[in-house]
Amino acid sequence: MTIEKASQAAYLVAALLFILALAGLSRHESARLGNTFGIGGMALALIATVALAIDGDLSGTGLALLLVATAVGAAIGLYRAGKVEMTGMPELIALLHSFVGLAAVLVGWNGYLHVEADPGGAEAAALASQDLLGIHSAEVFIGVFIGAVTFTGSVVAFLKLSARINSRPLVLPGKNLLNLGALAVFVLLTVWFVIDPHLWLLIAVTVVALALGWHLVASIGGGDMPVVVSMLNSYSGWAAAASGFLLSNDLLIVTGALVGSSGAYLSYIMCKAMNRSFLSVIAGGFGIEAGPSDDTDYGEHREIQADAVAKLLSTAQSVIITPGYGMAVAQAQYGVAELTRKLRDKGVDVKFGIHPVAGRLPGHMNVLLAEAKVPYDVVLEMDEINDDFARTSVVLVIGANDTVNPAATDDPSSPIAGMPVLKVWEAAEVIIFKRSMASGYAGVQNPLFFRENSAMLFGDAKERVNDILRSF
Amino acid sequence: MIIGVLGESSPGERRVAATPATVGQLLKLGYEVVVEPGAGRQASFSDEAFAEAGATIGEPYGADVVFAINAPEPARLDRLAAGATLVGVFNPRLDEELVAEFARRPITVLSMDAVPRISRAQSLDVLSSMANIAGYRAVIEAAHAFGRFFTGQVTAAGKVPPAKVLVAGVGVAGLAAIGAAGSLGAIVLATDPRPEVADQVKSLGGEYLAVRAADVEVSSTGYAKEMSDDYNERAARLYAEQCAEVDIIITTALIPGRPAPRLITERMVASMKPGSVIVDMAAANGGNVEGTVAGEAITTANGVTIIGYTDLAGRLPAQASQLYGTNLVNLMKLMTPERDGRLVLDFDDVVQRSITVVREGQLTWPPPPVAVSAAPVEKAPAEEAQAVRKAAEEPKNRTLPLVGVGAALLFVLTALAPVALRGHLTVFALAIVIGYYVIGHVHHALHTPLMSVTNAISGIIVVGALLQLGHGGTAVTALSFAAILLASINVFGGFAVTRRMLAMFTRS
Repeated sequence: MTIEKASQAAYLVAALLFILALAGLSRHESARLGNTFGIGGMALALIATVALAIDGDLSGTGLALLLVATAVGAAIGLYRAGKVEMTGMPELIALLHSFVGLAAVLVGWNGYLHVEADPGGAEAAALASQDLLGIHSAEVFIGVFIGAVTFTGSVVAFLKLSARINSRPLVLPGKNLLNLGALAVFVLLTVWFVIDPHLWLLIAVTVVALALGWHLVASIGGGDMPVVVSMLNSYSGWAAAASGFLLSNDLLIVTGALVGSSGAYLSYIMCKAMNRSFLSVIAGGFGIEAGPSDDTDYGEHREIQADAVAKLLSTAQSVIITPGYGMAVAQAQYGVAELTRKLRDKGVDVKFGIHPVAGRLPGHMNVLLAEAKVPYDVVLEMDEINDDFARTSVVLVIGANDTVNPAATDDPSSPIAGMPVLKVWEAAEVIIFKRSMASGYAGVQNPLFFRENSAMLFGDAKERVNDILRSF
Repeated sequence: MIIGVLGESSPGERRVAATPATVGQLLKLGYEVVVEPGAGRQASFSDEAFAEAGATIGEPYGADVVFAINAPEPARLDRLAAGATLVGVFNPRLDEELVAEFARRPITVLSMDAVPRISRAQSLDVLSSMANIAGYRAVIEAAHAFGRFFTGQVTAAGKVPPAKVLVAGVGVAGLAAIGAAGSLGAIVLATDPRPEVADQVKSLGGEYLAVRAADVEVSSTGYAKEMSDDYNERAARLYAEQCAEVDIIITTALIPGRPAPRLITERMVASMKPGSVIVDMAAANGGNVEGTVAGEAITTANGVTIIGYTDLAGRLPAQASQLYGTNLVNLMKLMTPERDGRLVLDFDDVVQRSITVVREGQLTWPPPPVAVSAAPVEKAPAEEAQAVRKAAEEPKNRTLPLVGVGAALLFVLTALAPVALRGHLTVFALAIVIGYYVIGHVHHALHTPLMSVTNAISGIIVVGALLQLGHGGTAVTALSFAAILLASINVFGGFAVTRRMLAMFTRS
């Protein structure tokens, strides 16, 4: 058994472990085991690769560089992972995607430097003998292109999610043409490069792809960010798969394709939950139009104070809490968890209703509530809880807006018409925690605030929740 | 124009078609109002009060518009001026004789009980406003005849169980009865063939008893209709069960233009506890209960009181007059578009068309049917079913060509690809399919951990960079060094963050 053969066997086992990891992550019971499988697969793959590299012609300096790079990367990664706030999770994940994208670009460039830039080299000769030189060139381009799109796309998503840039969709004139044009240029350049490889072509395609990635995500509004993050996850998988083709490495291909297709499917599930067109999101806000201006008179809203809410809650039989991004921003999850505990001790039936796209990341609210130790069997998703609102005494809407907007079901002209929403308005009383009367991410006014059974509790969600706790 | 308000001559009728408050509103519309002497006495509205509100007390028969509740007898009809408009509750669906009587005279007759059930006409809906009062009064009558508390109590003298009230038919009257009985403290059960009323029952604190049958009803007119034999059989079983249980039964089942359906048989009544009370609100139309005597309260051999009063609303004369009078004011508002005291009958308006029985001596009854816009059109269920079927077929229809195109593409690609690439394409295609299926049923709460784990796994690109390191010049080495560093951040950070997140998920 040579090292070469052993490493191939190790790759196969690693690929299976990755599949088990994804499968494990689909259920609560097996989630941790799944993560362990993933770590195991990755460790196996790394060891096999390093062994393979040493078995090849890796010099001492090379090995040293390898270890240093891995150690530094690991240190940074572990530090960031240990420090990140759960509310900052979306940004972190977007940032991590960008690293994969950039790494794929670098691998692609290396592929060029190995072969095309060195036509007399051994590898080029080997490829030429198999008549694979053109294929290799195409693979370099595809890998660099996907990697670069993932890189800038993720960077923009990161900037938008961390509020470093405005999250409004960028609307350039003829943006769909720009996207299609970039694709056409990519195809042209690829053909040219296959026939006659030049460095400037590679630079050109990198620049085009970087610009395309930037534009794609910049044209998507903040409200769609959960889908974008998941889509970028898928892109990063395809980038890895492209690198696998480039390097003739089956492990990279398998893993990349796994991540790519599962990420795409996840995005599709989420698009369905938001009633958005999948195509529209992956194509960078394709076909999104500005909503009509809204000057309907909804009437007056009613205001309520924290002590009144406390009184209401202590006499309630059942309470449903529907959190949204506002809870994450205000870091109110600990107060909410405390409130939940107190109410449950009083014998009040407390449940959570989570909209599939609440927050800026799929499952964002679940993570926050889990962090604050809210038991997950009272945290229900929209379909499980939507019929219970009519039997509920009080609903607390904490920092959610579009996901509880009755216009989605009542008003066919609303920009969010048809999006499934939590039917909070069917409850006897609805208390809405909100900083002001401003509209939500979709920029749509919410008629819920003006309903007779709705009352607004203005201010920072965390402070207001604490006020309620003090009033008990 | 002058509006005349008649005193009611029917025996036992205590209501009046206008009150001092509505007189004020009519004056504002530009009308003069003449009230027959003593018209409001039985409803506690004195002639002085009417005069104070601005009405003249005098002879109302010469007026242009005449307000009544019940139909005046022929002798009084003869006294109406030619061209006058008579407004009241005339039950034209059943009382053909009366309709013929009207048609013999050169007058216009508007019957308030023919208002269609559309939301615009709600403010004119006399049946609703009277049913509301009657439902309330039915409970009060029952409480009066019932020898016990409605509410349950624990007292020093022992425990009192709450009364159980069954309301049959959840229309306006039924709902009012549910509310009134509930607020007296009784346990309220309700039945109705229309399952959509379950929520309304619940909202008033009652419990909805469903009759499980194939033909649950979807009403297109807003009123109940006759049910099939199968339904009636099951309903009868339900009533038979409940009769032995409950203390009070209030039946409100009416089908417009037909005799009232028989819900409670003699046997069921016999099975009730002595002292129980039944209020049959449909007594005037034949009664829902076997043994009901219209207009009277009787006691059966086993001590069950059956109340068949037909004037339940009239037993709250002041309240009923006020609501009825307001309905008439709203009608006048509709028919006086210029607010100038001139009545205009607009036959293009579906509401006005529907209530017109006779127009200037011409019979216009029956009016064309009006479908209630809010209720689904009859065709809808079939269409819906079709849509559902379509939706179920659609994915298949769309998936099939997609799969076909994908397969064809893959075939061409693999067939044209060099041998060395073929193996790679194979694993690539298989891995895509596995990736799709493996997360098919991911739990919603696990989306974020799943994403961060796939993110960590996509750090596998580090393998590519590792293999490139040390091959070729400095540039290659530098680039792979950077790639390894970036990808490692991903690998270690991704797994660590997933671990942290998963550690948080707890179950109480």
